[in-house]
Amino acid sequence: MTDWQPLWLSFRLAFITTVLLLVISIPLAYWLAYSRWRGKAVIEALISLPMVLPPTVLGFYLLIALSPSHLVFTFTGLVIASLFYSLPFMVNPLLSGFKSLPPALREASYTLGKSDSITLIKVLLPNIRPSLLTGIVLSFAHTIGEFGVVLMIGGNIPGRTRVASLAIYDEMQSMNYAAASRYALVLFALSFSILLIVHLVNHHFSKPDPLS
Amino acid sequence: MSRFLPILYCCLGLTLLSASPTTRPPQEVLVAAAADLKFAMDSLVKVFSAGSNDISIKLVYGSSGNFYEQISNDAPFDIFFSADLGYPQKLEQQHKTLNSIKPYGTGQLVLWSKKLDPSKEGMNTLLLPSVTHIAIANPAHAPYGQRAEESLKHYQLYDKVREKLVIGENISQAAQFASTGAADVGIIAFSLALSPQLQKEGKYWLIPAATHQPLKQGFVLLQHAKGNEGAKKFAAFIESARAKAILKYFGFGDE
Repeated sequence: MTDWQPLWLSFRLAFITTVLLLVISIPLAYWLAYSRWRGKAVIEALISLPMVLPPTVLGFYLLIALSPSHLVFTFTGLVIASLFYSLPFMVNPLLSGFKSLPPALREASYTLGKSDSITLIKVLLPNIRPSLLTGIVLSFAHTIGEFGVVLMIGGNIPGRTRVASLAIYDEMQSMNYAAASRYALVLFALSFSILLIVHLVNHHFSKPDPLS
Repeated sequence: MSRFLPILYCCLGLTLLSASPTTRPPQEVLVAAAADLKFAMDSLVKVFSAGSNDISIKLVYGSSGNFYEQISNDAPFDIFFSADLGYPQKLEQQHKTLNSIKPYGTGQLVLWSKKLDPSKEGMNTLLLPSVTHIAIANPAHAPYGQRAEESLKHYQLYDKVREKLVIGENISQAAQFASTGAADVGIIAFSLALSPQLQKEGKYWLIPAATHQPLKQGFVLLQHAKGNEGAKKFAAFIESARAKAILKYFGFGDE
Protein backbone atom coordinates (compact mmCIF):
# COMPACT_ATOMS: atom_id res chain seq x y z
CA MET A 1 0.00 0.00 0.00
CA THR A 2 1.68 3.20 -1.14
CA ASP A 3 0.94 6.43 0.60
CA TRP A 4 0.67 8.91 -2.24
CA GLN A 5 0.63 11.97 -0.02
CA PRO A 6 4.42 12.62 -0.01
CA LEU A 7 4.50 12.50 -3.80
CA TRP A 8 1.49 14.76 -4.05
CA LEU A 9 3.12 17.19 -1.59
CA SER A 10 6.34 17.23 -3.59
CA PHE A 11 4.49 18.06 -6.78
CA ARG A 12 2.36 20.71 -5.13
CA LEU A 13 5.48 22.30 -3.66
CA ALA A 14 7.27 22.18 -7.00
CA PHE A 15 4.28 23.58 -8.88
CA ILE A 16 3.68 26.52 -6.53
CA THR A 17 7.40 27.28 -6.37
CA THR A 18 7.73 27.24 -10.14
CA VAL A 19 4.77 29.57 -10.72
CA LEU A 20 6.04 32.04 -8.10
CA LEU A 21 9.58 31.83 -9.45
CA LEU A 22 8.37 32.57 -12.97
CA VAL A 23 6.60 35.71 -11.77
CA ILE A 24 9.66 36.85 -9.81
CA SER A 25 12.33 35.85 -12.29
CA ILE A 26 11.05 37.40 -15.52
CA PRO A 27 11.41 41.00 -14.31
CA LEU A 28 14.57 40.11 -12.41
CA ALA A 29 16.27 38.49 -15.41
CA TYR A 30 15.05 41.30 -17.68
CA TRP A 31 16.57 43.87 -15.40
CA LEU A 32 19.83 41.95 -15.08
CA ALA A 33 20.07 41.54 -18.84
CA TYR A 34 19.53 45.15 -19.79
CA SER A 35 20.52 47.26 -16.79
CA ARG A 36 23.78 49.16 -17.04
CA TRP A 37 24.16 49.33 -13.29
CA ARG A 38 27.66 48.25 -12.33
CA GLY A 39 26.68 46.48 -9.14
CA LYS A 40 24.56 43.90 -10.88
CA ALA A 41 27.38 41.36 -10.84
CA VAL A 42 26.86 41.20 -7.09
CA ILE A 43 23.17 40.42 -7.56
CA GLU A 44 23.99 37.76 -10.15
CA ALA A 45 26.47 36.15 -7.79
CA LEU A 46 23.94 36.19 -4.94
CA ILE A 47 21.29 34.55 -7.11
CA SER A 48 23.66 31.75 -8.12
CA LEU A 49 24.84 31.10 -4.56
CA PRO A 50 22.28 28.35 -3.76
CA MET A 51 23.78 26.29 -6.59
CA VAL A 52 27.14 26.03 -4.88
CA LEU A 53 26.34 26.34 -1.19
CA PRO A 54 25.54 23.17 0.73
CA PRO A 55 21.80 23.02 1.49
CA THR A 56 22.72 23.00 5.17
CA VAL A 57 23.86 26.63 4.94
CA LEU A 58 20.50 27.67 3.54
CA GLY A 59 18.72 25.42 6.05
CA PHE A 60 20.60 26.93 8.95
CA TYR A 61 19.85 30.53 7.98
CA LEU A 62 16.23 29.78 7.16
CA LEU A 63 15.63 27.96 10.44
CA ILE A 64 16.96 30.95 12.35
CA ALA A 65 15.16 33.49 10.15
CA LEU A 66 11.79 31.77 10.02
CA SER A 67 11.55 30.70 13.67
CA PRO A 68 10.09 33.94 15.04
CA SER A 69 7.41 34.11 12.34
CA HIS A 70 6.08 30.58 12.96
CA LEU A 71 6.66 29.80 9.29
CA VAL A 72 9.16 27.07 10.05
CA PHE A 73 7.61 23.55 9.90
CA THR A 74 4.85 24.78 7.59
CA PHE A 75 4.20 24.20 3.92
CA THR A 76 4.54 27.96 3.39
CA GLY A 77 7.98 27.77 4.99
CA LEU A 78 8.96 25.09 2.50
CA VAL A 79 7.75 27.26 -0.37
CA ILE A 80 9.90 30.17 0.87
CA ALA A 81 12.91 27.89 1.19
CA SER A 82 12.34 26.45 -2.28
CA LEU A 83 12.12 29.93 -3.79
CA PHE A 84 15.68 30.65 -2.64
CA TYR A 85 16.87 27.16 -3.41
CA SER A 86 15.59 27.05 -6.98
CA LEU A 87 15.94 30.73 -7.92
CA PRO A 88 19.16 30.30 -9.98
CA PHE A 89 17.56 27.51 -11.98
CA MET A 90 14.90 29.92 -13.20
CA VAL A 91 16.85 33.18 -13.45
CA ASN A 92 19.97 31.88 -15.19
CA PRO A 93 18.26 30.31 -18.24
CA LEU A 94 16.07 33.41 -18.67
CA LEU A 95 19.08 35.68 -18.34
CA SER A 96 21.07 33.86 -20.98
CA GLY A 97 17.95 33.79 -23.15
CA PHE A 98 17.60 37.57 -22.98
CA LYS A 99 21.32 38.06 -23.57
CA SER A 100 21.31 35.87 -26.66
CA LEU A 101 18.64 37.96 -28.41
CA PRO A 102 19.96 40.38 -31.04
CA PRO A 103 19.64 44.01 -29.81
CA ALA A 104 17.97 44.85 -33.14
CA LEU A 105 14.84 43.03 -31.99
CA ARG A 106 14.30 45.34 -29.05
CA GLU A 107 15.36 48.43 -30.95
CA ALA A 108 12.92 47.70 -33.77
CA SER A 109 10.09 47.39 -31.28
CA TYR A 110 11.04 50.71 -29.66
CA THR A 111 11.29 52.37 -33.07
CA LEU A 112 7.74 51.26 -33.72
CA GLY A 113 6.75 53.11 -30.57
CA LYS A 114 6.13 50.12 -28.29
CA SER A 115 6.67 50.51 -24.57
CA ASP A 116 9.11 48.49 -22.45
CA SER A 117 6.45 46.16 -21.11
CA ILE A 118 4.80 45.54 -24.48
CA THR A 119 8.22 44.84 -25.96
CA LEU A 120 8.94 42.37 -23.17
CA ILE A 121 5.64 40.53 -23.45
CA LYS A 122 5.06 40.57 -27.20
CA VAL A 123 8.60 40.51 -28.56
CA LEU A 124 11.21 39.31 -26.11
CA LEU A 125 9.42 36.56 -24.19
CA PRO A 126 8.07 34.76 -27.27
CA ASN A 127 11.61 34.72 -28.64
CA ILE A 128 13.11 33.07 -25.58
CA ARG A 129 10.56 30.27 -25.34
CA PRO A 130 13.22 27.53 -25.06
CA SER A 131 14.83 29.39 -22.14
CA LEU A 132 11.45 29.81 -20.46
CA LEU A 133 10.79 26.12 -20.82
CA THR A 134 14.23 25.21 -19.51
CA GLY A 135 13.80 27.53 -16.52
CA ILE A 136 10.37 26.15 -15.68
CA VAL A 137 11.41 22.54 -15.94
CA LEU A 138 14.69 22.91 -14.09
CA SER A 139 13.04 24.80 -11.22
CA PHE A 140 10.29 22.21 -11.01
CA ALA A 141 12.67 19.28 -11.10
CA HIS A 142 15.13 20.85 -8.71
CA THR A 143 12.38 21.56 -6.17
CA ILE A 144 11.20 17.95 -6.38
CA GLY A 145 14.79 16.93 -5.70
CA GLU A 146 15.13 19.13 -2.62
CA PHE A 147 16.24 17.19 0.46
CA GLY A 148 18.68 18.84 2.85
CA VAL A 149 16.80 22.09 3.35
CA VAL A 150 13.48 20.31 3.80
CA LEU A 151 15.01 17.94 6.31
CA MET A 152 16.35 20.86 8.32
CA ILE A 153 13.33 23.15 8.39
CA GLY A 154 10.36 20.96 7.46
CA GLY A 155 9.94 18.92 10.61
CA ASN A 156 8.91 15.87 8.55
CA ILE A 157 5.18 16.27 9.29
CA PRO A 158 3.04 13.73 7.43
CA GLY A 159 0.68 15.45 5.03
CA ARG A 160 2.29 18.85 5.46
CA THR A 161 6.05 18.80 5.11
CA ARG A 162 6.94 15.14 4.54
CA VAL A 163 7.74 15.36 0.85
CA ALA A 164 8.72 12.40 -1.29
CA SER A 165 12.47 12.76 -0.82
CA LEU A 166 12.00 12.64 2.97
CA ALA A 167 9.58 9.72 2.72
CA ILE A 168 12.20 7.73 0.82
CA TYR A 169 14.81 8.52 3.49
CA ASP A 170 12.41 7.52 6.28
CA GLU A 171 11.41 4.26 4.63
CA MET A 172 15.09 3.50 4.07
CA GLN A 173 15.91 4.03 7.72
CA SER A 174 12.96 1.94 8.80
CA MET A 175 14.22 -0.79 6.45
CA ASN A 176 11.05 -0.67 4.36
CA TYR A 177 13.04 -1.04 1.19
CA ALA A 178 9.98 -1.99 -0.84
CA ALA A 179 8.20 1.25 0.02
CA ALA A 180 11.36 3.31 -0.51
CA SER A 181 11.82 1.74 -3.89
CA ARG A 182 8.23 2.51 -4.92
CA TYR A 183 8.70 6.22 -4.18
CA ALA A 184 12.14 6.23 -5.75
CA LEU A 185 10.86 4.57 -8.89
CA VAL A 186 8.04 7.08 -9.33
CA LEU A 187 10.43 10.01 -8.90
CA PHE A 188 12.97 8.44 -11.20
CA ALA A 189 10.47 7.79 -13.98
CA LEU A 190 8.82 11.18 -13.70
CA SER A 191 12.02 13.20 -13.56
CA PHE A 192 13.44 11.30 -16.49
CA SER A 193 10.34 11.86 -18.63
CA ILE A 194 10.23 15.56 -17.78
CA LEU A 195 13.87 16.06 -18.75
CA LEU A 196 13.49 13.95 -21.86
CA ILE A 197 10.55 16.07 -23.03
CA VAL A 198 12.54 19.27 -22.48
CA HIS A 199 15.47 18.02 -24.48
CA LEU A 200 13.21 16.87 -27.29
CA VAL A 201 11.36 20.18 -27.36
CA ASN A 202 14.59 22.16 -27.24
CA HIS A 203 15.98 20.17 -30.17
CA HIS A 204 12.85 21.12 -32.04
CA PHE A 205 13.29 24.80 -31.19
CA SER A 206 16.96 24.88 -32.04
CA LYS A 207 16.46 23.66 -35.61
CA PRO A 208 18.05 26.17 -37.97
CA ASP A 209 15.79 29.11 -38.64
CA PRO A 210 15.17 29.31 -42.43
CA LEU A 211 15.25 33.12 -42.29
CA SER A 212 18.61 33.53 -40.67
CA MET B 1 50.99 28.85 -21.04
CA SER B 2 54.50 27.53 -20.34
CA ARG B 3 54.37 29.26 -16.98
CA PHE B 4 51.20 27.50 -16.00
CA LEU B 5 52.31 23.99 -16.82
CA PRO B 6 54.75 23.56 -13.90
CA ILE B 7 52.06 24.82 -11.53
CA LEU B 8 49.58 22.41 -13.03
CA TYR B 9 51.95 19.49 -12.56
CA CYS B 10 52.68 20.54 -9.00
CA CYS B 11 48.94 20.48 -8.28
CA LEU B 12 48.65 17.08 -9.90
CA GLY B 13 51.55 15.78 -7.83
CA LEU B 14 50.00 17.05 -4.62
CA THR B 15 46.70 15.44 -5.51
CA LEU B 16 48.34 12.09 -6.11
CA LEU B 17 50.32 12.38 -2.88
CA SER B 18 47.26 13.12 -0.82
CA ALA B 19 45.34 10.34 -2.50
CA SER B 20 47.97 7.70 -1.80
CA PRO B 21 46.98 5.40 1.04
CA THR B 22 47.99 6.86 4.38
CA THR B 23 48.94 4.46 7.11
CA ARG B 24 45.98 4.14 9.45
CA PRO B 25 46.92 4.59 13.11
CA PRO B 26 46.71 1.09 14.56
CA GLN B 27 44.48 2.10 17.44
CA GLU B 28 41.55 3.87 15.84
CA VAL B 29 38.10 3.09 17.20
CA LEU B 30 35.00 4.13 15.29
CA VAL B 31 32.02 4.54 17.59
CA ALA B 32 28.38 4.86 16.55
CA ALA B 33 26.50 6.53 19.39
CA ALA B 34 22.83 7.32 19.87
CA ALA B 35 22.32 11.08 19.66
CA ASP B 36 21.23 11.34 23.31
CA LEU B 37 24.83 10.49 24.28
CA LYS B 38 26.24 13.58 22.57
CA PHE B 39 27.52 15.41 25.61
CA ALA B 40 28.03 12.41 27.88
CA MET B 41 30.12 10.64 25.23
CA ASP B 42 32.24 13.71 24.58
CA SER B 43 33.12 13.73 28.29
CA LEU B 44 33.70 9.99 28.39
CA VAL B 45 36.08 10.16 25.45
CA LYS B 46 37.93 13.10 26.97
CA VAL B 47 38.51 11.23 30.22
CA PHE B 48 39.41 8.00 28.41
CA SER B 49 41.85 9.70 26.06
CA ALA B 50 43.61 11.40 28.96
CA GLY B 51 44.49 7.94 30.25
CA SER B 52 45.37 6.25 26.96
CA ASN B 53 46.39 8.76 24.34
CA ASP B 54 47.58 6.13 21.86
CA ILE B 55 43.95 5.26 21.08
CA SER B 56 41.96 7.63 18.96
CA ILE B 57 38.18 7.42 19.36
CA LYS B 58 36.14 8.67 16.41
CA LEU B 59 32.51 9.44 17.20
CA VAL B 60 29.47 9.48 14.96
CA TYR B 61 26.09 10.49 16.39
CA GLY B 62 22.71 9.57 14.96
CA SER B 63 19.49 7.72 15.62
CA SER B 64 19.85 4.13 16.79
CA GLY B 65 17.60 2.82 14.03
CA ASN B 66 19.71 4.56 11.44
CA PHE B 67 22.89 2.99 12.84
CA TYR B 68 21.21 -0.41 13.02
CA GLU B 69 20.42 -0.13 9.33
CA GLN B 70 23.97 0.93 8.49
CA ILE B 71 25.62 -1.76 10.63
CA SER B 72 23.46 -4.53 9.22
CA ASN B 73 24.75 -3.31 5.86
CA ASP B 74 28.32 -3.73 7.19
CA ALA B 75 29.19 -0.14 8.10
CA PRO B 76 32.71 -0.21 9.59
CA PHE B 77 31.80 0.70 13.18
CA ASP B 78 33.65 -0.92 16.07
CA ILE B 79 31.23 -0.15 18.90
CA PHE B 80 27.52 0.64 18.80
CA PHE B 81 25.86 2.56 21.62
CA SER B 82 22.13 2.19 21.10
CA ALA B 83 19.38 4.11 22.85
CA ASP B 84 17.54 0.83 23.38
CA LEU B 85 18.33 -2.87 23.65
CA GLY B 86 16.23 -3.97 20.69
CA TYR B 87 18.52 -2.81 17.90
CA PRO B 88 21.70 -4.41 19.35
CA GLN B 89 19.72 -7.62 19.95
CA LYS B 90 18.70 -7.70 16.32
CA LEU B 91 22.36 -7.23 15.33
CA GLU B 92 23.29 -10.11 17.61
CA GLN B 93 20.83 -12.33 15.75
CA GLN B 94 22.48 -11.30 12.50
CA HIS B 95 25.88 -12.28 13.95
CA LYS B 96 27.21 -8.76 13.59
CA THR B 97 28.33 -8.53 17.21
CA LEU B 98 31.48 -9.69 18.95
CA ASN B 99 30.32 -10.13 22.52
CA SER B 100 27.19 -9.83 24.61
CA ILE B 101 25.19 -6.61 24.93
CA LYS B 102 26.12 -4.57 27.98
CA PRO B 103 23.62 -2.12 29.46
CA TYR B 104 25.09 1.30 30.24
CA GLY B 105 22.12 3.13 31.65
CA THR B 106 18.49 4.09 31.41
CA GLY B 107 17.50 7.24 29.62
CA GLN B 108 14.74 9.60 30.63
CA LEU B 109 12.43 11.89 28.72
CA VAL B 110 11.90 15.55 29.55
CA LEU B 111 9.71 18.32 28.30
CA TRP B 112 12.07 21.13 27.36
CA SER B 113 11.16 24.65 26.39
CA LYS B 114 12.99 27.85 25.67
CA LYS B 115 9.95 30.09 26.25
CA LEU B 116 7.79 28.28 28.80
CA ASP B 117 8.36 26.67 32.16
CA PRO B 118 7.07 23.12 31.68
CA SER B 119 7.39 22.34 35.39
CA LYS B 120 4.31 24.46 36.09
CA GLU B 121 1.79 22.42 34.20
CA GLY B 122 3.73 19.27 33.41
CA MET B 123 2.38 17.38 30.46
CA ASN B 124 -0.53 19.81 30.07
CA THR B 125 1.99 22.40 28.87
CA LEU B 126 1.51 20.76 25.50
CA LEU B 127 -2.14 21.83 25.42
CA LEU B 128 -1.41 25.54 25.90
CA PRO B 129 -2.65 27.58 22.95
CA SER B 130 0.76 29.25 22.62
CA VAL B 131 2.29 25.85 21.88
CA THR B 132 1.98 25.33 18.15
CA HIS B 133 4.91 23.00 17.52
CA ILE B 134 6.16 20.11 19.64
CA ALA B 135 9.43 18.49 18.59
CA ILE B 136 9.96 14.74 19.00
CA ALA B 137 12.48 12.33 17.52
CA ASN B 138 11.33 10.19 14.61
CA PRO B 139 9.42 7.24 16.12
CA ALA B 140 10.18 5.21 13.01
CA HIS B 141 13.81 4.77 13.95
CA ALA B 142 14.64 6.69 17.15
CA PRO B 143 13.84 4.98 20.48
CA TYR B 144 13.27 8.36 22.17
CA GLY B 145 10.62 9.14 19.58
CA GLN B 146 8.92 5.80 20.23
CA ARG B 147 8.90 6.39 23.99
CA ALA B 148 7.66 9.97 23.54
CA GLU B 149 4.74 8.66 21.52
CA GLU B 150 3.94 6.07 24.20
CA SER B 151 4.01 8.70 26.88
CA LEU B 152 1.70 10.99 24.92
CA LYS B 153 -0.70 8.08 24.48
CA HIS B 154 -0.48 7.29 28.18
CA TYR B 155 -1.64 10.82 29.00
CA GLN B 156 -4.27 10.54 26.27
CA LEU B 157 -2.76 13.58 24.64
CA TYR B 158 -1.56 11.95 21.45
CA ASP B 159 -4.66 12.64 19.36
CA LYS B 160 -4.94 16.17 20.74
CA VAL B 161 -1.37 17.17 19.90
CA ARG B 162 -0.75 15.04 16.84
CA GLU B 163 -1.18 18.04 14.55
CA LYS B 164 1.48 19.94 16.49
CA LEU B 165 4.22 17.31 16.28
CA VAL B 166 7.35 18.08 14.30
CA ILE B 167 9.74 15.23 13.78
CA GLY B 168 13.50 15.46 14.16
CA GLU B 169 15.88 13.08 12.44
CA ASN B 170 17.12 11.95 15.83
CA ILE B 171 16.77 13.19 19.41
CA SER B 172 19.52 15.73 18.86
CA GLN B 173 17.66 17.40 15.98
CA ALA B 174 14.46 17.43 18.07
CA ALA B 175 16.44 19.24 20.77
CA GLN B 176 17.84 21.62 18.19
CA PHE B 177 14.30 22.45 16.97
CA ALA B 178 13.39 23.32 20.55
CA SER B 179 16.59 25.19 21.38
CA THR B 180 16.29 27.51 18.39
CA GLY B 181 12.73 28.25 19.49
CA ALA B 182 11.41 26.92 16.19
CA ALA B 183 9.42 24.39 18.22
CA ASP B 184 7.79 25.75 21.38
CA VAL B 185 8.37 22.54 23.32
CA GLY B 186 10.52 19.49 22.73
CA ILE B 187 10.17 16.00 24.16
CA ILE B 188 13.86 15.27 24.40
CA ALA B 189 16.45 13.24 26.29
CA PHE B 190 17.25 14.25 29.86
CA SER B 191 20.93 13.84 29.00
CA LEU B 192 20.64 16.60 26.39
CA ALA B 193 18.63 18.89 28.69
CA LEU B 194 21.53 18.61 31.15
CA SER B 195 24.05 19.86 28.59
CA PRO B 196 25.49 23.29 29.37
CA GLN B 197 23.94 24.82 26.24
CA LEU B 198 20.38 23.71 26.92
CA GLN B 199 20.57 24.31 30.66
CA LYS B 200 21.46 27.90 29.98
CA GLU B 201 18.71 28.50 27.48
CA GLY B 202 15.56 26.88 28.79
CA LYS B 203 13.65 24.91 31.39
CA TYR B 204 12.73 21.26 31.61
CA TRP B 205 10.35 18.92 33.34
CA LEU B 206 11.04 15.21 33.83
CA ILE B 207 8.35 13.02 32.31
CA PRO B 208 7.56 10.17 34.76
CA ALA B 209 9.27 7.01 33.54
CA ALA B 210 6.18 4.92 34.33
CA THR B 211 4.33 6.46 31.38
CA HIS B 212 6.37 4.62 28.77
CA GLN B 213 8.46 1.49 28.19
CA PRO B 214 11.82 1.92 29.94
CA LEU B 215 14.60 3.50 27.86
CA LYS B 216 17.12 0.80 28.70
CA GLN B 217 20.21 1.38 26.66
CA GLY B 218 23.03 -0.94 25.76
CA PHE B 219 26.27 -1.05 23.84
CA VAL B 220 27.99 -3.85 22.01
CA LEU B 221 31.30 -4.54 20.30
CA LEU B 222 30.79 -5.23 16.61
CA GLN B 223 32.47 -7.72 14.28
CA HIS B 224 34.56 -4.93 12.81
CA ALA B 225 36.33 -4.53 16.18
CA LYS B 226 37.87 -7.99 15.91
CA GLY B 227 41.53 -7.65 16.86
CA ASN B 228 41.14 -3.99 17.78
CA GLU B 229 42.56 -3.76 21.31
CA GLY B 230 41.63 -0.08 21.53
CA ALA B 231 37.95 -0.90 21.08
CA LYS B 232 38.13 -3.50 23.82
CA LYS B 233 39.87 -1.08 26.16
CA PHE B 234 37.23 1.57 25.52
CA ALA B 235 34.45 -0.95 26.13
CA ALA B 236 36.06 -1.93 29.42
CA PHE B 237 36.39 1.73 30.36
CA ILE B 238 32.62 2.27 29.85
CA GLU B 239 32.00 -0.30 32.57
CA SER B 240 34.40 1.33 35.01
CA ALA B 241 33.14 3.24 38.03
CA ARG B 242 34.50 6.47 36.59
CA ALA B 243 32.54 6.16 33.36
CA LYS B 244 29.41 5.19 35.28
CA ALA B 245 29.73 8.38 37.33
CA ILE B 246 29.94 10.47 34.17
CA LEU B 247 26.89 8.74 32.69
CA LYS B 248 25.02 9.31 35.93
CA TYR B 249 25.97 12.97 35.87
CA PHE B 250 24.32 13.24 32.45
CA GLY B 251 21.09 11.77 33.72
CA PHE B 252 21.48 8.10 32.78
CA GLY B 253 19.92 6.09 35.57
CA ASP B 254 21.14 2.72 36.83
CA GLU B 255 19.88 -0.13 34.82
